[in-house]
Amino acid sequence: MSSVLFDAPGPKARSRYRVLGVVTALVILLIVGFIVLRFAQSGQFDAKKWQLFTFPLVQQTIAQSVGATLAAFGTAAVLSLVLGVFLAFGRLSDRRWISVPCYGFTELFRAVPLLILMMIFYYGLPTVGVQGITPFTAVVAGLVLYNGSVLAEVFRAGIESLPRGQSEAGYAIGLPKSKVMSSILLPQAVRSMLPVIISQLVVILKDTALGFIVTYNEILFQAKFFGSQIQYGSPIIPAAIVAGVLYVGMCLILAAFAKWLERRLSRKPGVAVVPAASVPAEV
Amino acid sequence: MNTLLNNSDLFITGFRNTLILFFFSAIFALILGTIVATLRVSPVPAMRAAATLYVNVVRNTPLTLVLFFFALGYPKLGLVPIDFTTAAIIGLSLYTATYVAEAVRSGINTVPVGQAEAARAIGLPFAQTLTLVILPQAFRAVIPPMFSVFIALLKNTTVAAGFSVFEAGAIRANLSERGEPALTGLLWIALVFVILVFILSALQRKLEQKWKVAR
Repeated sequence: MSSVLFDAPGPKARSRYRVLGVVTALVILLIVGFIVLRFAQSGQFDAKKWQLFTFPLVQQTIAQSVGATLAAFGTAAVLSLVLGVFLAFGRLSDRRWISVPCYGFTELFRAVPLLILMMIFYYGLPTVGVQGITPFTAVVAGLVLYNGSVLAEVFRAGIESLPRGQSEAGYAIGLPKSKVMSSILLPQAVRSMLPVIISQLVVILKDTALGFIVTYNEILFQAKFFGSQIQYGSPIIPAAIVAGVLYVGMCLILAAFAKWLERRLSRKPGVAVVPAASVPAEV
Repeated sequence: MNTLLNNSDLFITGFRNTLILFFFSAIFALILGTIVATLRVSPVPAMRAAATLYVNVVRNTPLTLVLFFFALGYPKLGLVPIDFTTAAIIGLSLYTATYVAEAVRSGINTVPVGQAEAARAIGLPFAQTLTLVILPQAFRAVIPPMFSVFIALLKNTTVAAGFSVFEAGAIRANLSERGEPALTGLLWIALVFVILVFILSALQRKLEQKWKVAR
């Protein structure tokens, strides 16, 4: 890889880099080795602690919890995309009585912590007589309000970054504003913002883990349950490892999909795709 | 209003602990994130690979799982015992550092190529090119993304409430023990967060203006 930050290495620099590379590798091996050694010494790799995860029923439960995570993710993803589009249109509206409330809505829900939102739904609303709030609805409602607001900003930025000629051409052929928005501006905005949108979807997937705190029966919740089974030596670390592998795996699949889409879209002419890395996702 | 005034002790301790978590995690994340970003642009391939691996793995792990590991898993390893607040600070720092690293790296990319070329032309080695020429300019450029990372960190501190740290997210549980209405308490907490985020955004605008890169 060539970079503007350093010259192509000469013979001296190359040997220095080699030494530094070996040192880095050693340091990392030392850290990883220490962690693995510590795990082994405190008996985290004992068969007894992992035995629990070999039972078919346990595996089935874990598969169900993956399903629960994916269900919350899927529902929240679709609904926040819809909410995001509506809020973005609202903010770009010419009527102030529409655009100002939409602006307030997005700013408000981006400022409130997601966990507090979920708690308001799960613990707060039932006390004022709202019935039928399950952990699932609380998790999804929180995710939708927060990520819908974030996505609204993404869509708006996408629409505003389009050349003005696009909307002018739309008006010139006599389309009303709603048509210009929905059939000319939005499709292009979505295409150019797709990598950012997908990295926001990764955020939704990760944030379903907050459901753990409002007792939603997802991966981490199950992991804690299995991790505190005393007759199997309370395998909390093996459970955390299982949950970690599942989450990282799912997120990497989504991230790889984003990369693929970015490459595919950037081949098409006429659309400037914003690379996902250049716009940091809201965490 | 009564819920807030009658339980001001809970609210004050809660938000004080939130700010402590935020402050220490922000500092550690800033330091660690800058180091990781430096590693990611370094000329040594092994360093680049190590930093990329760290960022990719931690960024794709939910914060809840990171805190889960440090609060519940770490004590089982028989290492130096740490309290829950320290565990939360370590978890939050390690998690936020990846976002800081990405922000700094994108800032390094915004510095015009000529700057690095000029630095190399007068014979500065990589370390000096980076610390004397590139990073000072990069930091000015990344104030907006950096602040959105910090605002996210402030909101993420609430997750620590699930792991026995008494901070803003845990106020609700204590309020309900005192028989106070849950919704009112939660809305007050939300309001305080809105105010805190507002203050951070104001600070961001101020710093942005003060450190604007003159080009």
